[in-house]
Amino acid sequence: MADDATRRAVSQIPLLKTHAGPRDRSLWPLRLKEEYQALIKFVEQNKEADNDWFRLESNADGTRWTGTCWFIHDLLRYEFRLEFDVPVTYPDTAPEVAVPELDGKTAKMYRGGKICLTEHFAPLWARNAPRFGLAHLMALGLGPWLAVEVPDLISKGLVVHKEGQRETAE
Amino acid sequence: MATMEELKLRVRELENELIKCKQKQCAAEDAQNQELHRPKINKMSAEVVDSNPYSRLMALKRMGIVEDYEKIRTFTVAVVGVGGVGSVTAEMLTRCGIGKLLLFDYDKVELANMNRLFFQPHQAGLSKVEAAEHTLRNINPDVTFETHNYNITTMENFTHFMDRISHGGLEEGKPVDLVLSCVDNFEARMAINTACNELGQIWMESGVSENAVSGHIQLIIPGETACFACAPPLVVAANIDEKTLKREGVCAASLPTTMGVVAGLLVQNVLKYLLQFGTVSYYLGYNAMQDFFPSMAMKANPQCNDRYCRRQQEEYKKKEAERPKVEVVQEEEEVVVHEDNEWGIEVVSEVTDAELQAASGTAPDLPEGITVAYTIPAETAASGETVEETEQSLEELMAQMRKL
Ligand SMILES: [Zn+2]
Repeated sequence: MADDATRRAVSQIPLLKTHAGPRDRSLWPLRLKEEYQALIKFVEQNKEADNDWFRLESNADGTRWTGTCWFIHDLLRYEFRLEFDVPVTYPDTAPEVAVPELDGKTAKMYRGGKICLTEHFAPLWARNAPRFGLAHLMALGLGPWLAVEVPDLISKGLVVHKEGQRETAE
Repeated sequence: MATMEELKLRVRELENELIKCKQKQCAAEDAQNQELHRPKINKMSAEVVDSNPYSRLMALKRMGIVEDYEKIRTFTVAVVGVGGVGSVTAEMLTRCGIGKLLLFDYDKVELANMNRLFFQPHQAGLSKVEAAEHTLRNINPDVTFETHNYNITTMENFTHFMDRISHGGLEEGKPVDLVLSCVDNFEARMAINTACNELGQIWMESGVSENAVSGHIQLIIPGETACFACAPPLVVAANIDEKTLKREGVCAASLPTTMGVVAGLLVQNVLKYLLQFGTVSYYLGYNAMQDFFPSMAMKANPQCNDRYCRRQQEEYKKKEAERPKVEVVQEEEEVVVHEDNEWGIEVVSEVTDAELQAASGTAPDLPEGITVAYTIPAETAASGETVEETEQSLEELMAQMRKL
């Protein structure tokens, strides 16, 4: 499974209560509120641990999410745009997170820049559905992926630090 | 030096130019093909002449294999996912003279896909459904095509997808006869499962493993046989030691051979199902390493997560009770839940035994060669704290998130 740091972070994210996907007109707004609550809590915890690494926001009905994630490597900050749609089968299946600007740069990606998760993710998600939410997806899916892929992409010169981006985390 | 923005603009200009060139080329090819095209054939003939594309298929009737081959022209099949398996599936059905094909795929043809069958390098950049329709229409102009270039798992597309499954038949307004899942991911399979459970639509699922050396097909009759949500995903054991399987640095491998075999098994069963000959497999696995084909049948799970599956099971029970008991019902293997767990070990190899015990559920008793991708423990009390009750509105929470 995930490393200890990831586990600790995940265990601190509040679990969700409402089993509802975007097709459930009456309960989805409730679930969406819980998603935001969990995400806010997770970001706050990350900030406290001096490990702030992503922001997310959704359209009004909560079906399309966009944001940024960043990774600090040798004191330099590398920032990427991320996006995903909430599938009609959510929360029984997790959304496919995409980092479009890295499309074609790594083999650990499907077309369209969708990140390729480890074989541990699907069983973990299935076992914890519907209590896992988008914050868990970030912590268990995107976080570990960035930690493995970004340093590799930097070392291969496929990702270079952009001028104007902050030199270190604030 | 040109700025990034200028270069991006230039790339877009060139892309547009390329699309125009491709369209022009296609139009020219079409005009040329028009002369090569055979006219549509109104009635399938069994006459063996070199101009009759159906003579060898109609021979199935003469030989007594199929009772009424021409009936194939009355059927509509929806193929979801027009990749390595779906494109070959669509080609086979087209050559067999199927009545109507609905094709769904959001993807474009890429040069990286050229290790697979069907698509050609000059089609790179075109949408898969558009490119496929073009090729298939050339092969058999008697088939009616309907294509949809979108991702079925998003809200608006899913509604449209359900509508086309229930109304897209050869005779507009009628449902399709069969839905074939040829997609490559769990979300899309679950979306098809959801749609078919709600509509009571019979469908066949197909798949090739990420290591490219095993595959399967599965017939799903809502309420009767296990749906895709009735059990954790079934997989064909490839007898490869998980520890020696290197996953670092790649997502998935693919072989045209495995995909071709799975497409062949799928369409064979589609033909048997539609034209009523032979026995249709409920679940048929393909282990390419040992050339082993395990098969089995699995009943729907009364505790399935999908409430439409449970509703279909009630309907089926009612129908069964009303039916006079005359015919011999094919024996299905009852899935027994065992207390000891030997599955799931590879899946979570890095956790301790105690954790594994806690995290894994009981595995169903499956025939040799078939296993589940993972197990799910029986309902346990939620561990860890849950989100608190809040007075805040959704808008307020959204604003709070933005301010962080
Ligand atoms: Zn089911």
